Amino acid sequence: MSDQHINSYRRRFLGGAGALAALTVAPGLLLNVVKAKPAAEAVSNTTRWGLLIDANKCGEGCNDCVTGCNEEHGLKEIHGPATDAQWIRSVTVRDTSTQHVTHLPMMCQHCESAPCVDVCPTGASFKREDGIVLVDKHTCIGCRYCMMACPYKARSFVHEHLTEQKPVAPRGIGTVESCTMCVHRVDKNGENTVTACAEACTHDAILFGDLNNPESDISKRLEKEGGTRIRADLGLNPGVRYQGI
Amino acid sequence: MKIAYRTIEGRSRGYFALFGVLGLFVLAGLGAAHHMESEGHWITGMNNQIVWGMPHVFAVFLIVAASGALNIASISSVFAKTAYKPLARLSGLLSIALLAGGLMILVLDLGRPDRLIVAMTTYNFKSIFAWNIILYNGLFAIVAVYIWMMMEGRFNKYSRTVGMVAFIWRLLLTTGTGSIFGFLVARQGYDAAIMAPMFVVMSFSFGLAIFLLVLMASYSWSERPLGDATVKRLKNLLGVFVAGVLYFVLAYHLTNLYATEHHGYEAFLLLGENGGGIYSNLFWIGQVLLGSLLPLALLYHPVTGKNRVMLGFASVLIILGGLAQMYTIIIGGQAFPMAMFPGMEVSSSFGDGVTASYAPSTWEVMLGVGGFAMSLVIVTAAVKILAFLPEDLSDEIADPHTASKST
Amino acid sequence: MAGSYRGITLLSTLLGGLLMAASLLASAGVSAPVVPQGKGEQCVEPTADMRKNHMEYLLHQRDKTMHQGIRSKQHSLKECINCHVQANKAGDYPSVHGTNSEQHFCDSCHSYAAVKIDCFDCHADRPASPSAAKGAKP
Repeated sequence: MSDQHINSYRRRFLGGAGALAALTVAPGLLLNVVKAKPAAEAVSNTTRWGLLIDANKCGEGCNDCVTGCNEEHGLKEIHGPATDAQWIRSVTVRDTSTQHVTHLPMMCQHCESAPCVDVCPTGASFKREDGIVLVDKHTCIGCRYCMMACPYKARSFVHEHLTEQKPVAPRGIGTVESCTMCVHRVDKNGENTVTACAEACTHDAILFGDLNNPESDISKRLEKEGGTRIRADLGLNPGVRYQGI
Repeated sequence: MKIAYRTIEGRSRGYFALFGVLGLFVLAGLGAAHHMESEGHWITGMNNQIVWGMPHVFAVFLIVAASGALNIASISSVFAKTAYKPLARLSGLLSIALLAGGLMILVLDLGRPDRLIVAMTTYNFKSIFAWNIILYNGLFAIVAVYIWMMMEGRFNKYSRTVGMVAFIWRLLLTTGTGSIFGFLVARQGYDAAIMAPMFVVMSFSFGLAIFLLVLMASYSWSERPLGDATVKRLKNLLGVFVAGVLYFVLAYHLTNLYATEHHGYEAFLLLGENGGGIYSNLFWIGQVLLGSLLPLALLYHPVTGKNRVMLGFASVLIILGGLAQMYTIIIGGQAFPMAMFPGMEVSSSFGDGVTASYAPSTWEVMLGVGGFAMSLVIVTAAVKILAFLPEDLSDEIADPHTASKST
Repeated sequence: MAGSYRGITLLSTLLGGLLMAASLLASAGVSAPVVPQGKGEQCVEPTADMRKNHMEYLLHQRDKTMHQGIRSKQHSLKECINCHVQANKAGDYPSVHGTNSEQHFCDSCHSYAAVKIDCFDCHADRPASPSAAKGAKP
């Protein structure tokens, strides 16, 4: 909705005579009016991006989110499941005492206190101000210590030379990678982002949004219906929350 | 009596043969690494479940042993035991050599070894790995200065101070190495503070076993006298260290056995349940029986304890037992399924809920053995170039006090 | 005596000349790179500046994009590729990994200058387009 909005706003903002006065009120206005940040603006910690996954809606045997992610980021089958990259996977959880079965997608949980960020010797594994955990493959040396540290087994190592990578998802041999929360989409669309997994989901089980904004759909739903963190005992405060587990 | 140090002649056919054989292993290791890097890691047994494999078993073993090998020098300078003083130079050399071999493996196994400069210039100080890079580089520098202080007569007076720095540094280093595993909250087998002190005691044991072997071999091959008093002192110390490791292993498992949370992992590692057979065998037969109890018997038995061949054999067993221990810690700890949903049965396309399988590839073993050979090549070359080895270590020279008592 | 001396001089001059000619011919074998035309009239910075400093711009932008999410187009590698890597008449893009790498904007110069870059170990070396997907390996 807001591309025109932004542009007209920016024109007024930039062209206005009282630029200084505008600057002082701008932050408040920006939050309410502008949904996507301008391309040249740095991300900030006023937002914390997260996902809400409703496992009750997940279909048995459904793999659509995985296929959608693979397609978006150019992940392919190469040398078999042991070494192929899996940024998102479908996990089946069975309670052995009640036989209750749950299906859920598992990916990088984008922890607030991410163990992978703590252990990375070069700082290649890092958390952006807006809560998205990424690997800077320019400085990743491929030591795999982050893979040892991640409690969600969310990371993959690139075990071979790759070709035909997607322009939006650079990936290469000898580095570690994981779910980026579709950061290329987030930087473009902000609050209106639909991640590739959510886009592919026909069950409407994945919702993206700003956990810091009480007015966002994700925050409203979490407030009303609640949500669970996987391995909450570790105190990592993941940005991915689940319902129905 | 003044100890005379002299380089070995190093012109015999045996010397060149040793050099050649070790060199071939080094070349094979480098070739394997090159192959791994140009093809990618898919040709190894390592994968997204077992991310650290055979190279890390060798590398961590050698790095741990490196700090332990320095012990003899520390005992002589820090604790002022003169009987160990003649051995101090070799102790320092072996420490540097083992560390170099271990780091060679670690670096060549990286996904991007070409970016080593990044690791050396960009540090995340919350990472114990980053601290270890500083600790490893520091040990090279400190021990090199230490050896210099010991070798240069004018600087002998500083060797005690530098020795003290080296001793503290090596304790920090092994604490750091153990903490690589101790600091991992995610996995059942790690996340234990005892890892750090356990690795320190493991370093005492592995380092001394290698030291004793190298000492006996170099004196036997260079036909220099090596007195029984020196050997006896070292082998008794080695026995204490082996027992010390067993104590820490016992404390670690007892703690785990008390906590229900860890019962799954203990059954996996100690009883071989849930596909842990290889690890329980390596633990009981490799590490405990052949790597600890048998060497202890050999070291302390009145007959075998006096036989150098048997002492060498015991040392080899301790080294192999140490490698088995590393394997169970590093590979076993990763193979055991992660408790992502405690108490639930989990399955997925990514190996959730099942024990990960690992078959080390030839390339990984070649790289690991190549790193070990690299350490020995360094020692073999260094004792020919610089005066590391005392000319005579017979009891009358090396240990006049004990020698006069026994005669 | 003097005649033979003169003969040797002549011979060596001839040989020297031949060598020079051969080396000239050899150097002619490495022709200056033919830099493919990009889209539009003018690059994001003056051409001389880009020739000298493109790596600085790319490195700076790289860190800003990676860590701060700044995706302005001016110094973005993706935009370099979108503009400078053009399809031939058959609709195929040159690739740094392919046999036609000398037609790739980046590779044409970099292989001439013997400066190895590993950008395209990870980054796409062509714009995303249906024709790019045609050559995709399974």
